[in-house]
Amino acid sequence: MRHALPWLYLMAAFVFIYLPVAVLVLFSFQDGNLPVPPFQGPSLRWYADILGDDDLTGALAHSLLVALGASTLAVVLGFLAAYGLARHILPGSALLRGVLIAPLTVSYLIVGLGLLIVLTRAGLGLSLLTAGIGHVVINLPLAFAIIYASMGAQQQNAERAARDLGADEARVILLITVPMLAPAIAAAFFLSVTLSWDEFIIAFLLTRFDVTLPVEIWSMLRSGLSPRLNAIGSLVFLISVVVVLSVELFFARGRRS
Amino acid sequence: MTAPVLLTGIDHWFGPFHALKDIALQIEAGEYITLLGPSGCGKTTLLSVLGGFIDPSRGQVLIGGRDMTHVAPARRPTTTMFQDYALFPHMSLRDNVGFGLRMGGMARRARHARAEALLDLVGLAGAASRRPHEMSGGQRQRVALARALAVEPDVLLLDEPLGALDLKLRRAMQDELKAIQRKVGTTFVHVTHDQEEALAIADRIVVMNAGRIEDQGPPMRIYRQPATLFAADFMGEMNHIPGCGAGSGIDTPLGSLALGGHGTGPVNVCIRPEAIRPGDGPVPLGPARVKTAAFFGTHIRAHLSMDADPDRVLIAHLPPGRLPGEGETMMLSADADAFCVFAAED
Repeated sequence: MRHALPWLYLMAAFVFIYLPVAVLVLFSFQDGNLPVPPFQGPSLRWYADILGDDDLTGALAHSLLVALGASTLAVVLGFLAAYGLARHILPGSALLRGVLIAPLTVSYLIVGLGLLIVLTRAGLGLSLLTAGIGHVVINLPLAFAIIYASMGAQQQNAERAARDLGADEARVILLITVPMLAPAIAAAFFLSVTLSWDEFIIAFLLTRFDVTLPVEIWSMLRSGLSPRLNAIGSLVFLISVVVVLSVELFFARGRRS
Repeated sequence: MTAPVLLTGIDHWFGPFHALKDIALQIEAGEYITLLGPSGCGKTTLLSVLGGFIDPSRGQVLIGGRDMTHVAPARRPTTTMFQDYALFPHMSLRDNVGFGLRMGGMARRARHARAEALLDLVGLAGAASRRPHEMSGGQRQRVALARALAVEPDVLLLDEPLGALDLKLRRAMQDELKAIQRKVGTTFVHVTHDQEEALAIADRIVVMNAGRIEDQGPPMRIYRQPATLFAADFMGEMNHIPGCGAGSGIDTPLGSLALGGHGTGPVNVCIRPEAIRPGDGPVPLGPARVKTAAFFGTHIRAHLSMDADPDRVLIAHLPPGRLPGEGETMMLSADADAFCVFAAED
């Protein structure tokens, strides 16, 4: 009996975490117009429906584009900032580090509003590009912090050895620093992708005609519940799972070698 | 490939700290030099000046007759073997060793062949596809050596290369380093704080202290006739006897020692423990009483209290045949050329 209690607790915790997801996935297979019990089906009609919906598949593609583009840029900028601050003695480098990380503490709403005001004032039209800029703003501090934290003396010595053997600065970075920091860079990239993938507020404020998936889902929600939403949610969940699993596999391989 | 090195008037400051003081050093092509000194003496700074990692505040570095003072490490005919080896963990040993050749633009096939030949030279044939983390400390060290030699430097700089190895491996690697240096003929400059290592490996030892060169010369000369009191003490255990020069001899608390030619004035007479012999000899030191004696395999290490000055304890390495008892009295002596005499500093 004594051993039953911890197991019960564990089960309760997992049910608490996964029940909403399970219900969402279950009712995406609902053969009816409302995602509520009783469950009828299963049916794939809502999946067929959303995959045939050009707005939705378009939004999905936009989300991927923004997530990958913004994350790539954020990681490149974050890496360069980290490399510069870790390898060179600069005046006020503590302040620079602080200013780079500070946007993490600002709420997405404020970042979004701020960018919206600036962009409108500057006369730049809202588009996926502006949403992407917003995502670079929120992902850059994270990418910088992760990569900066993993820069140590080990890479520095290897870089010194590479320079001694005739490598110029570009080849030192490409052949030594980046490969040695690959786990941190990949972690920063995938975390950025995940955050950007389901970010709503900034995308909502900074897009207009072409929207990302969370914004599209939000506009669909306004017309009431539908198993279509469940089907989209399940697809998004599936994609996230695939990304997380590939990161896991990547790191498992990295740890072995 | 090999080249001579000439350092003139090198001074270097780290902020207010004067790390190198007017260093002048000439190194012949193909010579094996060790820079020896306690930590903080400037030996690693001097190596960094040679390698181009530190721009000296003053002075000139000539390698092979060309001025290299302000040339970047990549463009110098030197390579450095770093203390922690600094191997590239994400590359195979072949790619590690071939890295410098790749930077020099050598084609893949040629550089792989050369990398494998060098791995063979350091005794790691057949391990070319392995990664550094699969190798032991000693093996990594060989890889680092092969990598540094691959680009055929004129001068190889070694920064405490054996520091991370255990004693036995260290002694084995010393012999190997020396053998490889003889084979490739490159000028080696090797930094260490281990006297035995320096004695075993170097053609010439440069003893450094507090940013200055204290003494330089062949190991035997440095050990037996050091130029300064610091070098004498740093190279190994030394007995000190204060004295006063008196023309034909030196007056000491042990009596007058028959050591001429040291002028007059206070001096410090030094003698190594293994130079002190029981029995009569050219320079008698007088009777002594054994305080402690311990068997060390190759010798017996004894603390001896001198009868003429019972507070003065000399350390002697006596022949290992018989362990003297405590309180036993014996006569001590030494050869005249075993003494080093330095003017006392006060």
